[in-house]
Amino acid sequence: MESVVEHPRLTRLFRLQWEPAQDAYVLLYPEGMVKLNRSAAEILKRCDGSRPLSEIVAQLESAFGATGLGPDVDAFMAEARQHGWVV
Amino acid sequence: MNPPLWLLAELTYRCPLHCAFCYNPVDYARRRDELTTQQWFSVMRQARDLGAAQLGFSGGEPLLRDDLEELVAEGRRLGFYTNLITSGIGLTEARLRVLRNAGLDHIQLSFQDSTREMNDFLSSTKTFDLKAKVAKLIKQYDYPMVLNVVLHRYNLDHVERIIEMALAMGAEYLELANTQYYGWGLLNRAQLMPTREQVEKAEAVVNACRERIGKRMRILFVVPDYFEGKPKACMNGWGSVFLAVGADGAALPCHAARTIPGLAFPDVREHSLRTIWYDSAAFNRFRGDDWMQEPCRACPDKHKDFGGCRCQALALAGDAAAADPVCGKAPAHGVVQQVVKLAQRPGVRDAQPLVFRSDAESRRLLMES
Repeated sequence: MESVVEHPRLTRLFRLQWEPAQDAYVLLYPEGMVKLNRSAAEILKRCDGSRPLSEIVAQLESAFGATGLGPDVDAFMAEARQHGWVV
Repeated sequence: MNPPLWLLAELTYRCPLHCAFCYNPVDYARRRDELTTQQWFSVMRQARDLGAAQLGFSGGEPLLRDDLEELVAEGRRLGFYTNLITSGIGLTEARLRVLRNAGLDHIQLSFQDSTREMNDFLSSTKTFDLKAKVAKLIKQYDYPMVLNVVLHRYNLDHVERIIEMALAMGAEYLELANTQYYGWGLLNRAQLMPTREQVEKAEAVVNACRERIGKRMRILFVVPDYFEGKPKACMNGWGSVFLAVGADGAALPCHAARTIPGLAFPDVREHSLRTIWYDSAAFNRFRGDDWMQEPCRACPDKHKDFGGCRCQALALAGDAAAADPVCGKAPAHGVVQQVVKLAQRPGVRDAQPLVFRSDAESRRLLMES
């Protein structure tokens, strides 16, 4: 198990931005682009190194009037770490 | 039809290096009339409006443009992810600081080999130590670093040392790109073409190194298509995602497209990028699959590899609409087999000297053609 940073943030290879032509948030990296779905974008927007994952989950639950998002966010974060998007 | 995602700005064909495998046009000496700063600004703005998100600055050597910092700043301001594709020659700390502040996202640095002797021989310069210094600077300024090394007969056997060099320099990505035979590379094909044994050995070494290194550095091994029997999905399809603009303002669906006769590549000073991308004859020429001949037309892979590379079809089969001859099913595949067979012969590299890219050679080749 790799060590997990307490305050997740995007790795320096990646930049998150809104792309009007894609009508979506995207991750840009050297010579490439990943188009993100809405929930992925909402999570990654909050990965700026300023807050712990627990707070990100709380913010998302409050923003979308939902509960129990923790497991879904955890699953996405595992995937995002796998891709090297976040640390 | 989708908008372009990639704008490649070939800022200049001038270059301090003289690499024998360069893909630039061999007649570059006649393309001296470079776009101005304002003209590049306009090209970038238009491409961004169309939907392009990646911007590459290349050449020649883009650092020879003293407005590079301004161009990067404008590209970043427009929202592009900005990539500098460079030999590193001319990248001083002062310039790097300004580029960093201008928002440059990423630098791809080329090396010719892992040793000073071979690097300097292949580029016909004394540049190895300079490049090594630049690699340190890139790390110092906390850039993600992609090292690019073009592979061929002269350095394929050094692949392990090249990987060690990249690791020692702290590269995140290493692109090992087998030579693509265009421009100067095509001119020197007989000397640069490796033996099949070299290619197979190198690939095995790369795979073993990947296992050992893990996630610390990703290694991309671009397979040499002459040996694969399968064409590359060139440019992800003609006029599909990639838009290059040459130093002289020609809009190109691929870097080597100028070699194809009968196509007029629109000048960005005379036409809008929107018109060029969507309406020009050049960009529409090989879109979709209506232009395909057999065996491509009936091929189940035609939407995967798009019939391969148009420029290679022209260079090897004499017809840009033919199946790429590297494909095992192509009628002209025998040409490729012959080239590969000749490369197995000992002594082939001594038969004629490498032609190093230079203004004088370019002018000589222009006169001859």
